[in-house]
Amino acid sequence: MAEGEHITLRVARYRPDEGETEPTLADYDVPLRRDWAILDALNYIKDELDGTLSYRWSCRMGICGSCGMMIDGEPRLTCATFLTDLAPGPVRIEPLANFPVIRDLIVDLTDFMHKLGRVKPWLIRDEERPVEDGEYRQTPAQLDEFKQFSMCINCMLCYAACPVYGLDDSFVGPAAIALAHRYDLDSRDEGDRQRLTILSQPNGVWDCTFVGECSAACPKGVDPAGAIQQVKLAAAQEALKSLLLPWRSR
Amino acid sequence: MTARTERRVTPEPFVWLLFSAGGVVAALVLPVLLVLFGVAIPLGWVAAPDHAHLLAVLRNPLTRLGLIGVCALTLVHAAHRLRFTVEHAFRLRRYDPIIATACYGAAVVGTAAAIYLLLAAL
Amino acid sequence: MISPLEARYYRRRMPLLWWVRRRTHALFMAREVSSLFVALFVVELLLLVRAVARGATAYEAFLDAMARPAVIVVNLVALAFVLLHAVTFANLTPRAMIVRVRGRRVPSRAILASVYLGWLVVTAFLAWLVLA
Repeated sequence: MAEGEHITLRVARYRPDEGETEPTLADYDVPLRRDWAILDALNYIKDELDGTLSYRWSCRMGICGSCGMMIDGEPRLTCATFLTDLAPGPVRIEPLANFPVIRDLIVDLTDFMHKLGRVKPWLIRDEERPVEDGEYRQTPAQLDEFKQFSMCINCMLCYAACPVYGLDDSFVGPAAIALAHRYDLDSRDEGDRQRLTILSQPNGVWDCTFVGECSAACPKGVDPAGAIQQVKLAAAQEALKSLLLPWRSR
Repeated sequence: MTARTERRVTPEPFVWLLFSAGGVVAALVLPVLLVLFGVAIPLGWVAAPDHAHLLAVLRNPLTRLGLIGVCALTLVHAAHRLRFTVEHAFRLRRYDPIIATACYGAAVVGTAAAIYLLLAAL
Repeated sequence: MISPLEARYYRRRMPLLWWVRRRTHALFMAREVSSLFVALFVVELLLLVRAVARGATAYEAFLDAMARPAVIVVNLVALAFVLLHAVTFANLTPRAMIVRVRGRRVPSRAILASVYLGWLVVTAFLAWLVLA
């Protein structure tokens, strides 16, 4: 690759504090370095070309979930998408879809935070054991049951990919359901019925039509679409039991 | 502390179970029948079964019940899917009550027709 | 109550025909629309039952109607969609159903294989039932 090769990044800018009412696209010329990801290019823009560009990032290695954006219309982590794969460009970089844009490439994730809280993503016990009894033990096989769904880094690429969420943001969404499922499958947890009841409510799992785009977008292989279908099955079984065996305790 | 979670019995889980069953049944049963009656027999690749044989098969109580089940489940499956597809494709979610009634209503009508044909008419 | 800051958030709307713009979405729509042809064939099946119930002449008339070129074309299209439904539904089964035998998880390939095997068995049985 020749010294001095460049690639154009077409970046969405939105500056409401300066009176803008709509986003615009601005072109930036960045060096086409072989080892650079989009994130490196954005950092280059901020350092060298335009310090006013605002965006989120942190670990730069695909574990924090901060840097999700739309790259050429696809929800991707900017730290995991490489310039050379997108050459010759221009590469369109826009804020993560289906979320309100605060400024430039930064979106408001409050909606997801509420939804995450709603599904109770923590271990629920009917009765906590006293500390003296020691830790809750778990075999490797028990860990394997839910491990895949625990890989979620809350990057929200699945919400950006989900057309159902895009059409109606009251849908609880892929990551929230996958995380609820992670706890339902955890052998230490006793809160299945609570979570299934919550997820069975309007705007819960039943809104999902198994498009499958969420799993295609997920950078960690969580397969939220699979989790959602498994939750539907569990919730349906739970509903049947509620109907046919109303005398069950709890 | 165990919170007592209120539990309203809603129809969605049951509709989904019917939808899933309908999908399975449609996938298993329809292809071969469509190939036979829609393509192979009309094009002459396979001889048409004679009327007496088909009548005997259809009159069998197991066939009657089986076909009613297939029609009912498949029609509910199609109704459920088309309801969501229409609402998502054209942003018609706010008309859900009307669309749902039309879709499931059509499925009920079809099932009634199936029941009449397979139990009374044969 | 929306804060003045929140009031200036830019909210993007999905385009009305959002599903034509991406191949995966268009394929998804095709998969969903297959249910229309599934329903169509159920209607054809009921028409067949009605024809058989009405007697041999009605049955012959039904077979003649099915042999009309326009009807064959419609049925070929319907067949394509019904097969699309069957294949996509079958392929999604392992992701939705986790089966455990004696504590060990049955691998997806095995579930998929049993689904297709079941399909083969049902097909053979129905073909025999109708033709033999």
